[in-house]
Amino acid sequence: MGILVELFADYTLRNVALGSALLGMVSGALGCFAVLRRQGLLGDALAHAALPGICIAYLLTQTKAPIVLLLGAAAAGWIAAILLLQIVRHTRISEDSALGIVLSTFFAFGIVLLTFIAKRGSANQSGLDKFLFGQAAALVAEDVMTMAVLGGVALAIVALLYKEFKLLAFDAPFAASLGFNTDWLSVLLTSLIVVAVVIGLQTVGVVLMAALLVGPAVAARQWTNRLGVMVILAALFGALSGLVGALMSVSDEGIPTGPMVILSLTGIVLCSVFFAPERGLVWDAVRRRTQRAAWVE
Amino acid sequence: MQTGIAVAPVEINDLTVAYRDKLVLQDIDLTIPEGKLAAIIGPNGAGKSTLIKAVLGLVPTTAGSVRIYGKPYAEQRRLVGYVPQRSSVDWDFPTTALDVVMMGTYGRLGWLRRPGAAERDFAMHCLEQVGMAPYADRQISQLSGGQQQRVFLARALAQDAQIYFMDEPFVGVDAVTERAIVALLQALQQQGKTVICVHHDLDSAPDYFDWVALLNVRLVASGPFASTFTADNLRKTYGGAMKAAIAHFQHFEEDRRGLGIMKRE
Repeated sequence: MGILVELFADYTLRNVALGSALLGMVSGALGCFAVLRRQGLLGDALAHAALPGICIAYLLTQTKAPIVLLLGAAAAGWIAAILLLQIVRHTRISEDSALGIVLSTFFAFGIVLLTFIAKRGSANQSGLDKFLFGQAAALVAEDVMTMAVLGGVALAIVALLYKEFKLLAFDAPFAASLGFNTDWLSVLLTSLIVVAVVIGLQTVGVVLMAALLVGPAVAARQWTNRLGVMVILAALFGALSGLVGALMSVSDEGIPTGPMVILSLTGIVLCSVFFAPERGLVWDAVRRRTQRAAWVE
Repeated sequence: MQTGIAVAPVEINDLTVAYRDKLVLQDIDLTIPEGKLAAIIGPNGAGKSTLIKAVLGLVPTTAGSVRIYGKPYAEQRRLVGYVPQRSSVDWDFPTTALDVVMMGTYGRLGWLRRPGAAERDFAMHCLEQVGMAPYADRQISQLSGGQQQRVFLARALAQDAQIYFMDEPFVGVDAVTERAIVALLQALQQQGKTVICVHHDLDSAPDYFDWVALLNVRLVASGPFASTFTADNLRKTYGGAMKAAIAHFQHFEEDRRGLGIMKRE
């Protein structure tokens, strides 16, 4: 109880905890659809692609206002997504290779821009490299509000188009034959993932963002065979790891929040992979053992 | 359907489909009459699946047109049911048999509207028709290949269509499922519906279908089964490379004559 009271009394702690939990929730829910469409790495590419967007937004406006930088990130992420789509459609390059190319090219460009900004000697460059690994401690109340609004809109769209996204993820050609515009749905889903990435940039940064999209979905899939339950579970797992990571990082000074969130999430994923009933590796091994014993008898 | 002049359920004119620099389908002219159980037969790479996908607007066409009861497919979607190849989806998807069948009602529901009790009941009814009602709540990965195929057929039934396109419904299924599919095809025909199946098994084709289109990039022949499914047409379809298949087919025809009524069970 003590820690919860402290959580809402302390301004910084409250922002960090709320921000991380919100991020976990949104990326957890959206990640389910990405993972089920076998696009787990899409989030990784979009997050890395955001870095040059942040740098260009800064170079153009000379401000560090989060909303400006995040708009730059969103634009770059979106351009990367469209580029990916075009590469896959018009060349013989496979989707995973295209992801790899786009991810590293955009990220390399971002690093060059970061260095360029640093070399120019503008004193406030330090504000930009925090997007590499995130800096949750710097979150202010307005940031959390922005995250809540963006995340809320994204989750509302998922709830509204749940039926369509489910069909898209399970059987896209069938969806198209029924008259649903699957290209449009794909672009919308990718755009929502861009929103999740943008929400996560300040907290966990571009490098670790992918884990927050993939991890909760993988863990949730272990516990259920229903998509609806999986999405809700993934949102809960994401929120929980955000909260736990935030508390662990703040209670001991100097530990960065982003990596702690990811490590908490890893704990949940490992537990799920080993101990979930039915799909858990432990029960699998037990079943195989008893089966073998039965055969030997 | 329409009164007066009979309009064919499927009319394909001059259809050409190319993938990059390779022709997949060339100048297909094909009209399938109402109420037939039609097979599309041809070797691997003949463009059988592509033909279905082109009709349903799932692959871009280079030239030609497709009419469903005289109108473009986009205006007639509600009249068409589709069974894709079973291997085209991930059966480890977190959903149940009943839920997959309900997807057949999504087209009628359109954007945003959720399936309710009526859709649920109808989906259950469709599962019953393929003998899968006891498995309604099963996770789809726990079903056998044949059961998965029957779930896909039930989903098409839930589309409540006039024309059904099925892509290799008999591939990799058990005997129970094969009988269930045949019974279902006949029931659909009795209701006056038209069924078009991509099929690759020359042995079973004469027992299941009464109309055939022989395809190998170009349309070799099409028409009533008995007069079209001849050794000569098959040779044209499969070419020299398929001599073995033709020989096999001839043996089969002799067997058929020899067995007489026994074959009909």
